[in-house]
Amino acid sequence: MRASPKLMLLVAVAFAAACGGSPPPEEPAPEPAPAPAPPPPAPEPVDDSAERERMESERMAREAAERASAVSAELATMINFEYDQATVRPADQGTLDRKAAILSANPNVRLRVSGHADERGSDEYNLALGNRRAAAAKRYLENKGIEGSRVEVVSYGEERPLNPGSDESAYAQNRRDEFEVTAGADSIVAPQ
Amino acid sequence: MRRFLTIVAALVTAAPFVLPRSLQALAQDTSQVREGVRVGVEYQPGTRPGLVVLPGSGLDSARAIVRRDLDYTDPIEKVVVADAPSGGEGLGTSYGIYKTLGAELAVELVAAPGGLTARLHDLNASRVRNEQTMSLPASTDPGYRLEVHRIADEITRWASGTPGFAASRLLFVSGGRIYRVDSDGDQAIPITAAGGTALSPAWAPDGQRIAYTRLEAGRGGVVVHSLVSGAALVAPGSQTALNITPSFSPDGRTLAFAHSDEGGTDIFTSNIVDRCCAQRLTVGRYADNLSPTFSPDGRRIAFISTRAGPPQLYVMAANGTDQELLAPFDFGATGSSNGPEWSPDGANVVFHREVSRSPQLFLVDVAGRRVRQLTSSGRNEDPTWAPDGRHVAFVSDRSGRRQLWIIDIETGRVRQLATPGAARLPAWSRRLGRTAVATNP
Repeated sequence: MRASPKLMLLVAVAFAAACGGSPPPEEPAPEPAPAPAPPPPAPEPVDDSAERERMESERMAREAAERASAVSAELATMINFEYDQATVRPADQGTLDRKAAILSANPNVRLRVSGHADERGSDEYNLALGNRRAAAAKRYLENKGIEGSRVEVVSYGEERPLNPGSDESAYAQNRRDEFEVTAGADSIVAPQ
Repeated sequence: MRRFLTIVAALVTAAPFVLPRSLQALAQDTSQVREGVRVGVEYQPGTRPGLVVLPGSGLDSARAIVRRDLDYTDPIEKVVVADAPSGGEGLGTSYGIYKTLGAELAVELVAAPGGLTARLHDLNASRVRNEQTMSLPASTDPGYRLEVHRIADEITRWASGTPGFAASRLLFVSGGRIYRVDSDGDQAIPITAAGGTALSPAWAPDGQRIAYTRLEAGRGGVVVHSLVSGAALVAPGSQTALNITPSFSPDGRTLAFAHSDEGGTDIFTSNIVDRCCAQRLTVGRYADNLSPTFSPDGRRIAFISTRAGPPQLYVMAANGTDQELLAPFDFGATGSSNGPEWSPDGANVVFHREVSRSPQLFLVDVAGRRVRQLTSSGRNEDPTWAPDGRHVAFVSDRSGRRQLWIIDIETGRVRQLATPGAARLPAWSRRLGRTAVATNP
């Protein structure tokens, strides 16, 4: 098979470009017909590489931010609990596993876990129950190799319902751990 | 005379509302909630004296307060006469007239220089049984109402041998703030600032200090707050993590509370006078131990623990030794128990326990470990003893939202303690001494 000369030329141009050579000069702009004196100061040669770099870096920053925000959202995903229970449900283990992977990839990131309860139990007991729920998530992360000092445990009991309703679906939403990044949020990266 | 026939007819008409004492005692939490007054036919010979507060001129607010206090105090069956059969003060020849209404005793309040004279008439003997002139500040004085309550408590003592509890106050939580309210529901005043989350108020036995949890960002210390000076300190041992359910020792020197951190929730005590000496009483190892409450002799602490699964009621020595179950339960069958408070006479601990996922008030007698259910309608939780050891304030949603109610555990009679908004986590003071009269936060 023989390449056509046109294709050869394209390959050569692409090769030159890839090797850092300047792009082929564009056709010079036609001179203005009369040559009035004095010519206006020639516009600076249009060097848009800075602009393109800026846009490129903006794009990369945007994509990085999107990735970081996806990672942060993953870190912030809540987990839920059964009534009067503080055991991590099997369905939530994947959520915590992903958090553990992110924390491993971001040694500067710290988390605050807040435990919450639905409104049904005793108000005061619910503070202890929320504490136990937050501590359960922390222990799970520690078992995945995360340094305990990076995970803070707090409890709001039933004082901050996510859903103010008084039905089973509201209760189910309110029995939860929330996760908040308290340090290292700026430079967060996705795990490999 | 026709007027009396009218009154008697009204009493007969009201009779279906009234249970004999014996039936009332068997019934739990079934009495009609009735505003205002009860009528004298509830009086049963041989139980408690029927009592009438006589009308008179002047002292209207004091008379109204005393009348309500005597009604709320319950040891006296009150006979109320809405209108004066004879216009003037004193009884004169009308002893017999009140007797026909079922009354044995009559209270008379007469203005005296700087105060009032209270008289308790024995209607059967047609004589004055007690008489005392008591000082009373001006009705505009902030201490006025509490002083009138104190007079009512003294009259109750004359009539029944036991002082009343009108001169006491309750703390409760509404909208994240702690409020203080008189025992008759009057004068609700916020103690903590708006915008915070304050929980679990508790009275010091002297009525001059309170303690509560200040929840901030999921953490919080136990604040000991002087109602006299406004000074506040964070209880030693409660400065880190989350600290809940404070309770004063009877001598007011020690505060017990639960400290929550990632290792679980455990009970500590610390010395709030010398500000030292935090001591750990329980070792939960991921179980929760909370809601300590001292026996009146200060030697024991009842508390809640999840050591065997759902929270249940335990007791230990005040130094943390000899921990054992207090209220028996069937594992897997008995609902969660919470919110205990030791009775002022030391005989019982009141708490709430879930029945069909709805909390109800229960008593356990400390000596016999027998458990008795006090309520059954709606959600009823977080009980606190009145100073008389016979009445218990609690939170109930029976009216549609969480409000404070008071039950007489001997009769089951229930009344609402009106508060401005939704209310929870009540704490009843002991009888308040005069040093607590005029203090405002």
